[in-house]
Amino acid sequence: MALLKRLARHKLPPVTFTLNGKACSGRAGDTVLTAILAETDRLRLSDFSRTPRAGFCQMGACQDCWVLAGDGERIRACSTALEAGMNLRTIAEPRS
Amino acid sequence: MSRILHKDVAIIGGGLVGSSAALALRRMGLSVALLDKGFCGAQASGVNYGGVRRQGRPPEQMALSQRAHVIWPRLKEIIGIDGEFVRSGHLKLARTEAEMASLEAYATRVAGFGLDLELIGRNKLRERFPWIAGDIVGASLCAGDGHANPRLVSATFALAARRAGAEVLEHTPVSHVERVPEGFHLSAGSGTEIRARFVVNSAGAWAGTFAEAFGEPVPLGRIYPSMIVTEPLDVFMTVNIGAEGGGIYARQVERGNCIVGGMRAEPTVDLDFSRPTGSGAVTIMNRAADLFPALRNTYAIRCWSGTEGEMSDRNPVIGFSRTTPNLIHAFGFSGAGFQIAPGVGEVLAELIRDGESRTPIEAFTIDRFARMDQGSPAGSVPEARKRETSK
Amino acid sequence: MSDALRPLIVGAGPTGIRAAQTLVDAGIRPIVVDEAAAGGGQIYRQRLVPDERTPRDLYGSETGKATALHETFARIRDRIDYLPQALVWNVQGKAADVAAGGRTRRLNFSHLILATGATDRVLPFRGWTTPGVFTLGGAQIALKSQGCAIGERVVFLGSGPLLYLVAWQYVKAGARVAAVLDTAPFSSKLHLLRGLLSQPGVVLRGFRYAAELMARGVPVHFGVEPDQIEGETRVTGMIWRERGKEHRLACDAVGYGFALRSETQLADLAGCRFVFDGRDRAWRPERDLAGRTSVSGLYIAGDGAGIAGADAAELAGERAGFAVLEDAGLTVDRARIAVLERKLAAIQRFRDVLEAAFPFPDKWANSVDDDVLLCRCEEISIGQARTAAREQEVRELNRLKALTRVGMGRCQGRMCASAAAEILAAAHGQPLEAVGRLRAQPPIKPLPLGIAADGEAA
Repeated sequence: MALLKRLARHKLPPVTFTLNGKACSGRAGDTVLTAILAETDRLRLSDFSRTPRAGFCQMGACQDCWVLAGDGERIRACSTALEAGMNLRTIAEPRS
Repeated sequence: MSRILHKDVAIIGGGLVGSSAALALRRMGLSVALLDKGFCGAQASGVNYGGVRRQGRPPEQMALSQRAHVIWPRLKEIIGIDGEFVRSGHLKLARTEAEMASLEAYATRVAGFGLDLELIGRNKLRERFPWIAGDIVGASLCAGDGHANPRLVSATFALAARRAGAEVLEHTPVSHVERVPEGFHLSAGSGTEIRARFVVNSAGAWAGTFAEAFGEPVPLGRIYPSMIVTEPLDVFMTVNIGAEGGGIYARQVERGNCIVGGMRAEPTVDLDFSRPTGSGAVTIMNRAADLFPALRNTYAIRCWSGTEGEMSDRNPVIGFSRTTPNLIHAFGFSGAGFQIAPGVGEVLAELIRDGESRTPIEAFTIDRFARMDQGSPAGSVPEARKRETSK
Repeated sequence: MSDALRPLIVGAGPTGIRAAQTLVDAGIRPIVVDEAAAGGGQIYRQRLVPDERTPRDLYGSETGKATALHETFARIRDRIDYLPQALVWNVQGKAADVAAGGRTRRLNFSHLILATGATDRVLPFRGWTTPGVFTLGGAQIALKSQGCAIGERVVFLGSGPLLYLVAWQYVKAGARVAAVLDTAPFSSKLHLLRGLLSQPGVVLRGFRYAAELMARGVPVHFGVEPDQIEGETRVTGMIWRERGKEHRLACDAVGYGFALRSETQLADLAGCRFVFDGRDRAWRPERDLAGRTSVSGLYIAGDGAGIAGADAAELAGERAGFAVLEDAGLTVDRARIAVLERKLAAIQRFRDVLEAAFPFPDKWANSVDDDVLLCRCEEISIGQARTAAREQEVRELNRLKALTRVGMGRCQGRMCASAAAEILAAAHGQPLEAVGRLRAQPPIKPLPLGIAADGEAA
């Protein structure tokens, strides 16, 4: 279930992307963080206790919103703009 | 406020050598003051790469290195923590045929010392270590070597010494030390005066002034190795990696961070400290991404460097002063002190208690520099100087 | 203008833009590097694309300031070298390492103005890493930049003017605010009456926010001691104590913060001398009223130089711009400088009022439980820090980091260092300044290993 609740910007053009393989749609002007958290309630598992995290500061300081994109690339969700066709993955698997 | 401490031994420098000596001396029942100008283990001992490696050391260091080798797995019982020591093995890569030949020659040279080196060819290397990319000709594996966490090990040796009854005086720089009839007199920060029968000079990159004060000038320079650490990652790097000819070394800790070094930093205005250069950090990062494909999409989260003493022949000075009775030197580990330091600590304690050590240390006498004529001292041929910029 | 004068400004918020404008007006072409995609900083952050909301919807009473700042930046745009979405990750001597678009390069500068701003100062309590918990600043960004509320039923918690502002903005935007939990007692707000004479606009606006919140039925609690955020995988509720009694409220999001903390890493790397600021409860770069630091040619202004707010940031940015001109031997408008310094001094006095009205929760360091996470990156608990303080006699912050990993993770202590300092000071009953501050290390934010390195650039 979504974590964020959209209050505005409903009429902006949709931007399609995939999240963990599932087709999703965000809005023009979304950050990757917004696009994901309007769909689901987590971005990653913490590094050591593997507990869910969903960002914190939204201004590129806390480093708690890293997700995977494309070919294994890591991106900081709060400071990356959503682009059409992005293949986004939350970090859902515990590290080996 | 002034105070006078009377101790059997005063140790100048609370790095891993000084701290492990302090602990060993306390276990022998001697009283000890351990002095450091800052925090114990905050310089090279605490911020070095963390390689616990015998491979690559010159033959004259082997006895000492083997002595230390048996200490590392016992850290938990000695200082209360395992220091994240893992016997991962140390794999030294050859990027050219010449480097492979050099690894082979080294294996022959140290054959009698029990390192059990295994030479691995190109194909076998691919098979066993598929996470290493690049055109690697071959490698030499020392399965018994490993790595540990310097910032925990060094500080905890000092803590263990304190718990064993050593007087550990941090932020207490020694300003003056002199020979007096009954031993030594030291003046240190915060008005501390110390009378001691023995003095150990284990002041690392700062040891030169103390040696010189007793008429023993030494060619002690400074190096500033610099390293980067990645974010925590899936564990893939199963051995501690080195390279013949230098340029890169890397290990991955159990928590998942990779530590990679291979460049030198620059001293700051305060020459006691250094800092990595931006271009040096990026060079290390790029080399790591090239050699280890698993690191290509990952991030460096921090880089750092330390100040380390280096002798002109890259062997340390260990042993009694030639000018002053009951003064013992142990410094100048030249970027390779971490593994042998706990062994050196035991040796220093033996020297103080018995006047001699069961481990041969003749190659490390301080007067070897006076004896040599500009080149290397007899009996010790330093390895080709590793070049940080070589690739 | 002389080629030798090549000032670099880090940050394009109120400080950086006003500094740049001052230099441009004198005919100088500064380089402006900013992490964001557009100018404005966090306070006057711009949307990535326009939407149906008016500036008034976004910036409220500060609309005039926000649009003026944005317009100024647009106007000087072709007279500066502007690098958006770029990170200055290291400063050494007269050069900065700048990463952007997968490449890093070295920029040489004649003068450096650090306008690096601030982030929320947060204190850990149980559940603070649960999805649905954001900083107050984060909650505000979600709303202003992204048009989102952080949840359906939001609790705002903490101490500071931002607490009421963000709650009010949420209500205005149609979000449901379940409660405002102020950790300070109601009596502390009476200090604001002292500020009525000097900054009546600010004070009255604050009262208006609180009054409107209450009028719309948002419960406002004072003297709150947060206990925990409930929820395993996402926020389900909030528990706190108030006058000794436990309270519980269902909610699905929490926004919180306790004022701000300065971003000082670059000043540290550049070698600036630091002083302890009792009001900010933090070490900050030493600087004069014009922003000059202990390093020649290096200036710092705005919240990165000590917390003073957005109005002060604009004034201080302009003043720092003048300082560069003065130090380069150019003529400056003395009368304008006198006005700037007078206004800055007045704001500084008002800061004391604000600090009294929105005090730091003194009790936190001694009351927070051992098993609460202190460092959210490395996942080190409060108890581990206290144990190191007690058993390893750790009294200094970098030593704590070395022995426990607190502050050693990806964020380099941005989220935990303030709290760690409070814990360490409380553990030994020593003054906060005695525990020191975490040394900055490059890269100040994570940098990709495969980043391409360009050579030296002018």
